[in-house]
Amino acid sequence: MGLFILRRLGVMILTALCLTFIVFWLTNLYPNLEKLAKTQGNFRMSDEQVQTYLGNRGYTQSLPVKYGQWLGVLPGYVIEGTDGETRARCEANGAPTEDTATFCGILQGEWGQSTVFKDDVSEIVSTRLGLTGKLMFWVMMVMVPGALIIGVLAGMREGSRTDRSLSTVSIVSTATPEYVSGVILIAVFATPLFGMQYFKGTATSAMDDATFNNFFLPVITIALYGMGYIARMTRASMTEVMTAQYIRTARLKGVSFPNIVIKHALRNALIAPFTVIMLQFPWLLNGVVIVETLFNYKGFGWTLVQAASNNDIELLLGVSVVSVFVVLVTQLISDIGYVFLNPRIRIS
Amino acid sequence: MEELTWTGSMGAILVPLITLTAAVFLTGVVVQLVMGAFAPEVKLQSNPDGTLQGRGGLLGRLENYTGWLFMLLVALIVAFIVIAWFMPYGDAGILGEVSKRFLPTWIALIITFVLSITFKRRLGLYGKLFDSTIGMIGFGLVMFWVFTSIFVGLFDMIGTHDPLQQISGLKNKTPGVVVPEGQDEGFFPHYLLGGDNLARDIFTRMVHGSVIVMVIAPLATIFAFMVGITLGLPAGYYGGRLDTVLSFLANLILAFPVILLFYLLVTPEIVATGLPNFLAAFLFVFPLVFFGVLINSRYKNQAGKNGLLLALVLAPLAVLYFSTISDAGSPLYIWPEALDLFDIPGGILVVFVSVVFVNSPTVFRIVRGLALDIKTRDYVAAAQTRGEGPWYIMLWEILPNARGPLIVDFCLRIGYTTILLGTLGFFGLGLPPESPDWGSTINEGRKLLLIFAHPALPPAIALLSLVLGLNLLADGLREESLKD
Repeated sequence: MGLFILRRLGVMILTALCLTFIVFWLTNLYPNLEKLAKTQGNFRMSDEQVQTYLGNRGYTQSLPVKYGQWLGVLPGYVIEGTDGETRARCEANGAPTEDTATFCGILQGEWGQSTVFKDDVSEIVSTRLGLTGKLMFWVMMVMVPGALIIGVLAGMREGSRTDRSLSTVSIVSTATPEYVSGVILIAVFATPLFGMQYFKGTATSAMDDATFNNFFLPVITIALYGMGYIARMTRASMTEVMTAQYIRTARLKGVSFPNIVIKHALRNALIAPFTVIMLQFPWLLNGVVIVETLFNYKGFGWTLVQAASNNDIELLLGVSVVSVFVVLVTQLISDIGYVFLNPRIRIS
Repeated sequence: MEELTWTGSMGAILVPLITLTAAVFLTGVVVQLVMGAFAPEVKLQSNPDGTLQGRGGLLGRLENYTGWLFMLLVALIVAFIVIAWFMPYGDAGILGEVSKRFLPTWIALIITFVLSITFKRRLGLYGKLFDSTIGMIGFGLVMFWVFTSIFVGLFDMIGTHDPLQQISGLKNKTPGVVVPEGQDEGFFPHYLLGGDNLARDIFTRMVHGSVIVMVIAPLATIFAFMVGITLGLPAGYYGGRLDTVLSFLANLILAFPVILLFYLLVTPEIVATGLPNFLAAFLFVFPLVFFGVLINSRYKNQAGKNGLLLALVLAPLAVLYFSTISDAGSPLYIWPEALDLFDIPGGILVVFVSVVFVNSPTVFRIVRGLALDIKTRDYVAAAQTRGEGPWYIMLWEILPNARGPLIVDFCLRIGYTTILLGTLGFFGLGLPPESPDWGSTINEGRKLLLIFAHPALPPAIALLSLVLGLNLLADGLREESLKD
């Protein structure tokens, strides 16, 4: 088991390095840097001015060097600029002083500066993650119990009317992407169009003070899309368990049907959905980006869109590190959890 | 000309009827669900008169009644659609006029269904689809949009105006608004579903959007399958280091948040570097490789036939390949203009490439899993003993036997690709902003959603119905193929 986790961790770190390098490479392509220089400096810069602007700020170094500096394995640049100013990476492009650190990268806990928000990336990412965490918490509270109940009810008696109706419901919910259900829900429940204006169509106010009124629509929009998928997985695993030998034995012994479902079947049927719920996190991330944009809730997904559309290199890297980390950790948890929950699987 | 109401003159009778039936039906379903949770196991009972009974009692009767109510509901909606065809213009209301505009689609749908149901026993898996209600509903929804896109794209039939034409005074107007006299040459007197933010006809834009989706989504899925199959089969069959490397790469792409990847690939700055063109050059080679290997592995001992077939298949594909990837504006300008059959507009190529790129790792994983499973079968061992080459075994023994799950996944994946296309449009990436595709129009509509909700709804519902249709179709296919 220990070796298994170690190997998985090794693959995880390799994946994270590759992914951040790809993001680094794509954001540091010259047209992107040119756009960055023009938005940060001014839009009428000539090509030479762009060159010197980028050179003074360390952007024209070779890619592996820049990546090493960002990572914190190479010393941060100190560049004497053509305009007479000396800029050091570790002083946020200020003049270097006595106690300027030599290394300042992710490994040293320095996430860099956002060029759009003019703030520390770590600061931005942590506050935004907190907001998204609040959203995700409520999504989970709605989605997981809902999906499990639907799945168990449908899988209890395969092929019954209940099964067929609930399965159709879950197909409908998986077929509705967030930007469709969000738009429909807002149009129905937040505009006077249908006379059912019960909720607020934006969640901006929910950042400080989340109420049922302003938080229900975003939460339900994300939850609906994931719910159908988890419910279908739960149903599949439940139907499989219900045909197992020990369930037949219990039935022949005369155990009542509710007792069979709750005491015998449920525990084993919930192993597979656990994995699925864990693997849903990356998808939820997707939904979060869409829903936060749609409802103007300034969380992590909203930050991703802002960073990506403005080519805010360090913020984008910070965001991708966090999201890749979330994806890989949930994969690891789902693998380990599966082994713990399912005594039939042993990893030697 | 007056403004159209939603349902026109027939609405007075049919709408209350439909509402009532739907309400009773839904209540029935809910009651049935609650009762079903407590009901005992269904056992076949024999009645004294010699008949068999599935489920008796209150629940059994309720199940029957809801079944009938559902039929009644469908019949009423069909009546609504059909009656509208025979009413003079303006009487049938907005919904009726919309139904009339879709007349070619309806006719094509009816012909398809009548023919398919008549000959369903001779049509294999496709015919079996018509045994399952879910599958039929799904097939109907999908074919509705397929026929619509054909009639709109090839014959320019269903739309009422030009998708880009702006008529002053109709900005954000509600559905059924009258077009002012003398503004429109091919005069259609109303904006059926209202005007959008730039005073264009929402209905026309919605039906034109279906063409874009119907061209890109299935094609992109086919390409993703080509890539996934060509890489997944050897990964599963050979295993070992090849498998490790390919799986690592696939997991790498899958670990990327899709939206971040889109933002990184589709922004104009990245397009300017030509990266998407290189990616296209890489991804579009796979169909050539696939067909080349497919033919060569089978006919390599019959040199003449092999060469002929290879030339027949690969030459047109190669011309298509080079016409696609070579583009005057991009760094990959390698193909003479005279032989360049067509130019794909930059935006569409980029969108296409990124959708294929995102989809292929998942297909790879599915194919690899199937290959791992099937390669242990006896017929594979028999082929190995016969001395067949590895590619023959992969493409002519394993692949045909993996077709069931692959067909089902293909349907699901077209739906997923449609969702991805919509996501791209939703963030305003790739396609030009005036493009009528559903994602972009939803994006346009959502900006003023709280003030004018009507422009965003039709494309949203259209996208929903297509994806739902594909999902139901996949479900029906899975169910029917499991019965074999």
